[in-house]
Amino acid sequence: MSNIQRNRNIDTAFKYVGIGCTFFGIVMLLIFIGNILVDGLTRIDWDFLTNLPSRRASKAGILTAWTGTAWILGLTAIIAIPMGVAAGIYLQEYGKKNRLAHIIELNIANLAGVPSIIYGLLGLEIFVRVMRLGGSLLAGALTLALLILPIIIVATREAIKAVPNSLREASYGMGATKWQTIWYQVLPAASGGILTGIILALSRAVGETAPLIVIGALAYVPFVADSPMDEFTVLPIQIFNWVSRPQQEFLVNGAAAIIILLIITFAMNGIAVYLRNRWQKKVSW
Amino acid sequence: MNFRPGYYLIAIGMSLLLTACGSKNSSESETEKLQGEIKIDGSSTVYPITEAVAEEFRAEQPEVKVTVGVSGTGGGFKKFGRGEIDINDASRPIKEQEATTCNENNIKYVDLKVAYDGLVIVLNKENTWVDHFTVAELKKIWEPEAQEKITKWNQIRASWPAEDFHLYGPGVASGTYDYFTEAIVGKSGSSRGDYTASEDDNVLVQGVSGDKNGIAFFGLAYYEENKERLKLVPVDNGKGAVTPSVETVKDGTYAPLARPVFVYVADAAAKRAEVSAFVNFYLNNAATLVTDVGYIPLTAEEYQRESAKFKGFSTAQ
Repeated sequence: MSNIQRNRNIDTAFKYVGIGCTFFGIVMLLIFIGNILVDGLTRIDWDFLTNLPSRRASKAGILTAWTGTAWILGLTAIIAIPMGVAAGIYLQEYGKKNRLAHIIELNIANLAGVPSIIYGLLGLEIFVRVMRLGGSLLAGALTLALLILPIIIVATREAIKAVPNSLREASYGMGATKWQTIWYQVLPAASGGILTGIILALSRAVGETAPLIVIGALAYVPFVADSPMDEFTVLPIQIFNWVSRPQQEFLVNGAAAIIILLIITFAMNGIAVYLRNRWQKKVSW
Repeated sequence: MNFRPGYYLIAIGMSLLLTACGSKNSSESETEKLQGEIKIDGSSTVYPITEAVAEEFRAEQPEVKVTVGVSGTGGGFKKFGRGEIDINDASRPIKEQEATTCNENNIKYVDLKVAYDGLVIVLNKENTWVDHFTVAELKKIWEPEAQEKITKWNQIRASWPAEDFHLYGPGVASGTYDYFTEAIVGKSGSSRGDYTASEDDNVLVQGVSGDKNGIAFFGLAYYEENKERLKLVPVDNGKGAVTPSVETVKDGTYAPLARPVFVYVADAAAKRAEVSAFVNFYLNNAATLVTDVGYIPLTAEEYQRESAKFKGFSTAQ
């Protein structure tokens, strides 16, 4: 009897510990967001989004920072998505399941866990120095593409793995080639998962600072880039620069820029959730 | 299922790219229109000054693209020595090794003083026992031999409490750290390692303002903005304790913790009209802009001397 009672107590105890753990993260997030909103919300207006950096905190804006972030995001997407998805398809559909494949698989999983600053050092050596791209948008985008490639590959593989084999067999049964099967059946069925992975990977890239600082992203850029070879700054660098200033007004600017960055990240995550739900409903076998 | 994933991927890429397009604004000015790019990198201490100058310069020469990075004095000199940048912001003079690199790569340069910065020693508001530090006491606290040995206040001065003190300071990559160790310990880059380091001086302010036994050093501007949270300590270099202030830094009595900060201009860059215009603009307007961003300007004569130095350098090239 006491044994049963004890087990029940453990049961209840775990339930409350679990609730505590769950709410800990959420409460922290709410406190953080609340804090930032109080500090920075009043600072956000149209001028803040369209002004160039300035020594006067009240006149300073994030035009070059957010356009730099948009450029980086676009270029990174163009580079990383085709490569990541193609590699994922190959590994899952074509690659043989031998020792080599196992090693590759292990390495990709490891790559996903390498600290981002290491990618920055790699990018500095290969893209900035050897390929002579300088501290350009292209060098930054290539570096971030490397960083998120493993995430996209893993997401693509998982999504493809979830497609039932019966679908492939039916397609082959109709006389389709392997490529036709992948392109017309497997990929559409897996695209919800793939897109979710891509967007989550990109929203990670948005927040990265360290690798971009290493490859030479700047702090003061008074012009909007008009080619991938231009120098650039991004939101996280602008934020870092502002919060390390002595003047209180710059800290407020930093908070306001954080809100903009959060909006971008949340919007991207929102799109990811939306796409996942949409495809889950649409695709039925 | 008549759906093509390829189109979706392309569409996403395109829409992301489109949002990256923006507009440029330009304005008219009477002076000769110059064009080109000026690449500046280096110290985050000097950054606010250079940013202010670049901002004002843009009103005069909107077609000249001035970019400023914050790789730190040392990081900037690495790029400078490879010829990757035109101007390096430096919060300390160039080191021998960095000068050798420049030499090897045939890069000549001129160092121009642009402002003064005072390093302040600050304590927690609740610290009632310290009235001033002597330079010797600071050395005793910070020198490498002090590591794990000098840890209590009464080891510095017997009348002080037998409690542990905690040290806060800028990271070893910063010119501020180099300067402080040079001035206090006697050898640049040599100090004890058991202190809390941060590249962000606001973190140091936070640290010492929340720690009754904290001791920190950083730039005067950070003290000025956080006066009500910190206790400023006068420093005695043998001629009596001097409290750091704009006046004592400027007239040289707050020694040895007042330092000049520099910009280094490369010879190839100095030959270019836009760079030479920028440097002249820098020296002509530094007096007001330096004060604006919380640093201490040189005297008018000193700025004239630096201008003449730059003129001599650029005509010699």
